[in-house]
Amino acid sequence: MELLNVYQNNYLIVFVFLCLGVLLPVVALYLGKLLRPHVPSDAKYTTYESGIEPFHDSRVQFNVRYYIFALMFVIFDVETVFLYPWAVAYDKLGIFALVEMLIFVIMLLIGLVYAWKKKVLRWI
Amino acid sequence: MIEELLQSSPGWANFGIFFLLGAVLLLIVLGFVTYGILAERKVMGYMQLRHGPNQVGGKWGLLQTVADVLKLLLKEDIIPKAADRPLFIIAPVIAFAPSFMVLATMPFTDKFQFADIGVGLLYYIAVSGLTTFGMLLGGWASNNKYALLGGMRAAAQMISYEIPLVMSVLGVILLTGSLNLNEIVAKQEHGWFILLQPIGFIVFFIASIAELNRTPFDLPESENELVAGYHVEYSGFRWAFFMLAEYVYLFAMSALITVVFLGGWLPPLAILGFIPGAVWFALKFSVVVFVYIWLRSTFPRFRADRLMEFGWKVLLPVALANIFLTALIKSLFF
Repeated sequence: MELLNVYQNNYLIVFVFLCLGVLLPVVALYLGKLLRPHVPSDAKYTTYESGIEPFHDSRVQFNVRYYIFALMFVIFDVETVFLYPWAVAYDKLGIFALVEMLIFVIMLLIGLVYAWKKKVLRWI
Repeated sequence: MIEELLQSSPGWANFGIFFLLGAVLLLIVLGFVTYGILAERKVMGYMQLRHGPNQVGGKWGLLQTVADVLKLLLKEDIIPKAADRPLFIIAPVIAFAPSFMVLATMPFTDKFQFADIGVGLLYYIAVSGLTTFGMLLGGWASNNKYALLGGMRAAAQMISYEIPLVMSVLGVILLTGSLNLNEIVAKQEHGWFILLQPIGFIVFFIASIAELNRTPFDLPESENELVAGYHVEYSGFRWAFFMLAEYVYLFAMSALITVVFLGGWLPPLAILGFIPGAVWFALKFSVVVFVYIWLRSTFPRFRADRLMEFGWKVLLPVALANIFLTALIKSLFF
């Protein structure tokens, strides 16, 4: 029972930190609202674009490479999901698990090498 | 007393006490940020053969940052008409909240720490990744071309360098057999992990600079091409929270490096054990912060293409090799 309480209290602390992290900006911005001036004018509310009048919407088409890198990230991030428990339990698993993990990582590395050869990793 | 508190069943009273203690830590962190910014400006000033701030608050400019914060507080808040208003308002909060949340599991000394959860290291990495959303949302909601590009760059850079960052600590986890930060420190009694894991440390350090968006990897906010990156349209206190998040991360990352690689609060030699752990932690922590500032004033900014290629083609294979090298050494010699 005590262990359960310690466990729950520790996650309660994490929740408290979340509350504090959200409360500080909210409170500070509210206090700022009481202090700061508010003198609106049309020119102030235009979008900044190096001194010229902004033309057409700024949600432009962006480089597809961002998307490809995001895909690569997902692959390797999932790999870490498998690597972390393996590393923690390495003492109990031993050499057999090491070889298995090596095969797993090499399979993913082949993917990385393929992407490399296809010039996906080159940022132009 | 704290032991009893932790063992009592959780309720509103506990919540209140934790809240007060957390608020104290928040004040400490804000104090660090205030003087960390001043220290950065002073150190960079002297490295560039000038004085840095020396007007407000005496010769050392001790009140410079306080004055800056007051100025930001009194500045008019402008939300552009074209911006996506709800997202624009919520983005700084999303960027800031995780930066403070990661401190919940940080063991500063054996006594002074908050949550002691089993997956402390994983918690840090997982939660710190959330800030990317804040930056991307801020850039997208601004409806500004520079901001969008800056936000996209920030996201691409942070996810690319998160992989080596995550992989490089695996060596430490292999040697410790735990993700708990306290156990990682306890394991370093006979040798810090910076000595046992030199490759892992170097990869981690480089990746951490990119995660912190600091020079030489400050592409997301490079002034000369993107004006200010994802926070072009932000002004006053909303902008301040993006900056605050950046410096709280500097605090958190320096603390994490101290804990994971530099032995936390442990003294370097057992003879020096009479000096309290807090002093050792503060010393190591200050050294790490100084090195970050030093690098900032020494290196020029990377080019965007070099940055991405370096992360994927150099750091990732090296980090992967380090994992298996460590595993092999561990099963052969330990």
